[in-house]
Parts: sequence; structure tokens; C-alpha cells
Amino acid sequence: MPPSVQSAVAYALMLNLTLKQLAAELASKRVSSVEVTEYFLNRVNGLGKTLNAFISVDAERSLVAARAADALRAKGAAGPLTGIPVAHKDIFCAKGWLTTCASKILSNFVAPYDAHAIELFNQAGAVIVGKTNMDEFAMGSSNETSYYGPVKNPWNVATVPGGSSGGSAAAVAARLAPAATGTDTGGSIRQPAALSGVCGLKPTYGVVSRYGMIAFASSLDQAGPLAKTGEDLALMMNVMAGFDARDSTSLERPPENYTRDLSKSVRGLRIGLPAEFFAAGMAPDVARAIDEAVAEFRKLGCETVEVSLPNMKLSVPVYYVLAPAEASSNLSRFDGVRYGYRAPEYGDLADMYKKTRAQGFGAEVKRRILIGSYVLSHGYYDAYYLQAQKLRRLIAQDFVEAFKKCDVIMGPTTPTTAFKLGEKAGDPVQMYLSDIYTIAVNLAGLPGMSIPAGFCNNNLPVGLQIIGNYFAEAQMLNVAHQYQQATGWHMRMPEGIA
Amino acid sequence: MALTLDDVKRIAELARIEIAPAEAGEVLTRMTGIFQLIEQMQAVDTQGVAPMSHAQDVILRLRDDAVTEVDQHALFQSLAPQLEANLYLVPKVIE
Repeated sequence: MPPSVQSAVAYALMLNLTLKQLAAELASKRVSSVEVTEYFLNRVNGLGKTLNAFISVDAERSLVAARAADALRAKGAAGPLTGIPVAHKDIFCAKGWLTTCASKILSNFVAPYDAHAIELFNQAGAVIVGKTNMDEFAMGSSNETSYYGPVKNPWNVATVPGGSSGGSAAAVAARLAPAATGTDTGGSIRQPAALSGVCGLKPTYGVVSRYGMIAFASSLDQAGPLAKTGEDLALMMNVMAGFDARDSTSLERPPENYTRDLSKSVRGLRIGLPAEFFAAGMAPDVARAIDEAVAEFRKLGCETVEVSLPNMKLSVPVYYVLAPAEASSNLSRFDGVRYGYRAPEYGDLADMYKKTRAQGFGAEVKRRILIGSYVLSHGYYDAYYLQAQKLRRLIAQDFVEAFKKCDVIMGPTTPTTAFKLGEKAGDPVQMYLSDIYTIAVNLAGLPGMSIPAGFCNNNLPVGLQIIGNYFAEAQMLNVAHQYQQATGWHMRMPEGIA
Repeated sequence: MALTLDDVKRIAELARIEIAPAEAGEVLTRMTGIFQLIEQMQAVDTQGVAPMSHAQDVILRLRDDAVTEVDQHALFQSLAPQLEANLYLVPKVIE
């Protein structure tokens, strides 16, 4: 323990502090950002290695940022997240940091610029504590497609943390970082948040800039935060949301304070419960935890109404046409010419492309590129791509109808708790179906979040999904915060991590 | 619709991904499974439904025709696998 830390008790308590509490510690100058950063770097380099939660750690670079944050505070110019270490998914370009997207094809790529989200965290004085492991190009639901190997779930190291933001979720769950960023194309923030027992928010499409975030499926990709509490998610959103002209789909809206509604009462709130979320397929003890969470909201004065999302069952097939189609186009840029990996031996130019991509991409990424190329190819476009786009509208319209009857929608984030490492890795279709409750939200472009809502018989966490209407993030965070004032699931930690 | 090995070879060519003959069967099996899932879409009549390509009905922004980027070619090209005289090197394309 660094001798500069005045109170051993305060140091030990740092483990489970929320962003808000940590910010208060820093503001009181009881601890410095350098001390907080060293504390979490030690965890990242210890338990973080066991869990394989990070791809890149650069202690010196992090400490330079921590010293700068302390200097900013000394000048009286600190903001809410100044000096706080944040772990970033390795999908975000961060200048000078290796940025791999967990792929061999980018395994030598040191980003020459910052993503907009990274710029905003830097401006806020936050410290990058490392780049987290993930599914390769965010294609996966278990973090097992990473070129750098799978991440282990801190609640049970024989199980997956979920994916694709598996490293970020495991990092927050194991208290390797007080908060992290992720991205969500079909559930990649919410599903790992649920399986790892943390909070995660996918904002409305267009709220966080995609600039510098390595593209998977551009009409669905959206960045968001993972943290311990709804309040912390709000503090993260206050930093990372905002208009950016460099993303053509970034929305020009006045800045929001996402903490503004946290303390509002939820009395009278109408919670929509879609019958389709509670149908066959959900594990019985997940169903029990979700029922108990809904009962807690009733105690808080909320009303529940039944709603219907009849086309939701088509969201997985629709997604596995649209996302691969967009991916096949986005990933065509990886050709071994301007950056990244190039095959060591090749013949002509076409052979160089083919070998580079065959060696540089993993099996799942290649599969999705092939599916995408097929559904966009001559003679198949109407039957697949166009049909999927039409169904996407029907799925989105279901939500429009549902929100006429309710303020937020609730249900499970995932049909089961964390599954075993290797259990679904050989069967893509089974893996795809683990996102059955999250994908429709991306297709509609709505905000969705997952918060811890208890545990199953196997002692693994269950996630409650909260879906809001467009731009209802502040309201959803209010709902999460009020639940967390009444319950304690969100502050539970895995055993043996301290 | 049943995918064939010829389809896999054709798509791999379109996608510029080399697939070794020994791998092609496995790729076909996996893709066939995925397309069985995708085929569920065909059960729905979508006549008259407008395709949705984007979550928000936004109009593409236009900006002033002005230079906004600074020249960083040296930094960007420092990442290239092969470079000579500020040019990216690839196998000869034209004889």
C-alpha cells in the first residue's frame, strides 16, 4: 500500500466506492488521483490478469493523466469525473494506445487519434486505466471470440462475463475500475452487464458519437457506460453524450443533465410488461428474480400494464441479416494496405487481400462477413436485406404502440444467467439466441439498460432490463436509482475479489 | 434455399477471404444453420411496409466546403505495413 495514503481504512473502502463517492473523496483531497489510479492499476495488473479483462495496460501513461488531473484540481478546475480511472473498451481509438478491437488484424494498431468519447473523458480529466477485452469487432455474446482469449466472469470463473463488452463488465464487477465504457449493437452493453452483475446503459441511437469507435453495424452501434449504480451511469453520460459533427448520425440536441431526475418519485409510473418477454425460454429462477424486481416497483407505487411486442421474435433473424450486411461493408477497409496486419507471404494484390483477411480475422468475424456479402449479393438482396429492413420497421412500430400504454418497459435482459465457458462457443445460433431480449431495442434505436436484480440458485446475477422511449435516458436512470435506493443488489461484490 | 459449397466459394471470393478447401465444409455447415434461423423472416407478409434503414429520420447534414483537417499524413502513414516515398506499397497491379 502506498505510504502516501493517509488512512488504510479509506484505502480499503475505495474498492466498492461509487463514482459519486470517489469524486467526493478526491474533492476532499483525502486521496489524490495518483493514489486512486495506482490502487486500480494494482488491481488491473493482479486480478485483472487472472480474469483476462484487459488487452492493454499502460501504467505510466495512466499516471501522467492522473498527475494532470491532480494539477487540474489544485487549480480549482476539477469536474465531477476529474481524476477518476475509467476503463475503455478496446473498440475506442485512444491516441497513443494500442487499439485492437480484439482482432489480430489490428493487433499492431496504435491509434493516431482519439474517439469523440475518449476526447470527452480526457477533457473531463478522467484517467484511462486500460483498454478492456471484448469479442472480436464486438461480434459475440460471451467474449470468447477475442484474439486475446476469453474473459472470465468474476462471479464464477468457469462462466463467461457476456459480450461483447465482456472485459468492461468484468472490470466493473471485479472492481478493477469504478466505471467503464462499452458499445451495444445487439445487446453488447446490457447482456454482459446482466451476466456480470453491473449496470449498463445503451443510449438512444445518435446520442453518443460513433467517431473513433471501430464500426461493426453502423445503423445499430451505440456507445454507453457500465458502472455500479444508475447514478454513476448518469455521471458517465454527462461526459460522453453530445453532438459531434464528425459522426453523420450524431444528433444535434441541447446538452442534458442526466442526473436531473434521479431523486424524483416513481409513484404512478406505468411499467409495460411485454408478454413476449415472459414466454417460454426464460430460466425459472431468472423469471422469479424479475417478478420480485417488478414487485419492488409496485411497492414504490408503480403500476404495471401488459403490452405486446408481437414481432420481437423476428428480431434475431432480422439482426443476423442487417448487422452482417453492414459489417461486411465496414470491415472491407481491413485490407493490409494502410494499417494493421498484412499476411507475410502472398502473390498478387487479390491474394494479398485474401490471405491478410483469412489470417487476420477470427472464425466468427469471417462468418458474419460471408453472411453479409451473401445477403447483399445480386439476386438475394430483396429476399434478405430488404425483407429484414421491412421487418425492422414492424419491430420498431411495436414499441411505438407499447409506449402509448406505458412509460418504461421492463423484462429480463437475458434468458439465463452466465453460461459456462465453451458451452455455446461451437454453436453460433445458440449464441445468437442469448441476445433474444436485447436486439429489438437496437433495431428500434431505443435506449435500454440492465441493472442487477438479484441472483439465481447458482449464485449468479440476474439483470433487469429497462427500456425507455426515445431520449428517455434521464427517466430510466431515475427508475434505476429509485430501485437502488430501496434494494442493495447493485452493491454486492463477487466473493474473493478484495 | 440450400447453400452449397459453390456458394461458399463465390461469397468468399466476393468478400476477399481465402477459405482453404478443408475449411469450406465447416463454413457451409455453420452458415446453413444461421440461414435456417434467418429463413424465419420469410413467414411474414411485408407487402406495403416501408423498409427502415435507420433508427432516426434524420437528414444528412451538409457542411461548408472548407478545409477542416490538418495534414497528418506522416503520422497516419507511419502505421502502414509497407511504405516508400509516402506511397503505400502493394503487389504490382499493372504490368
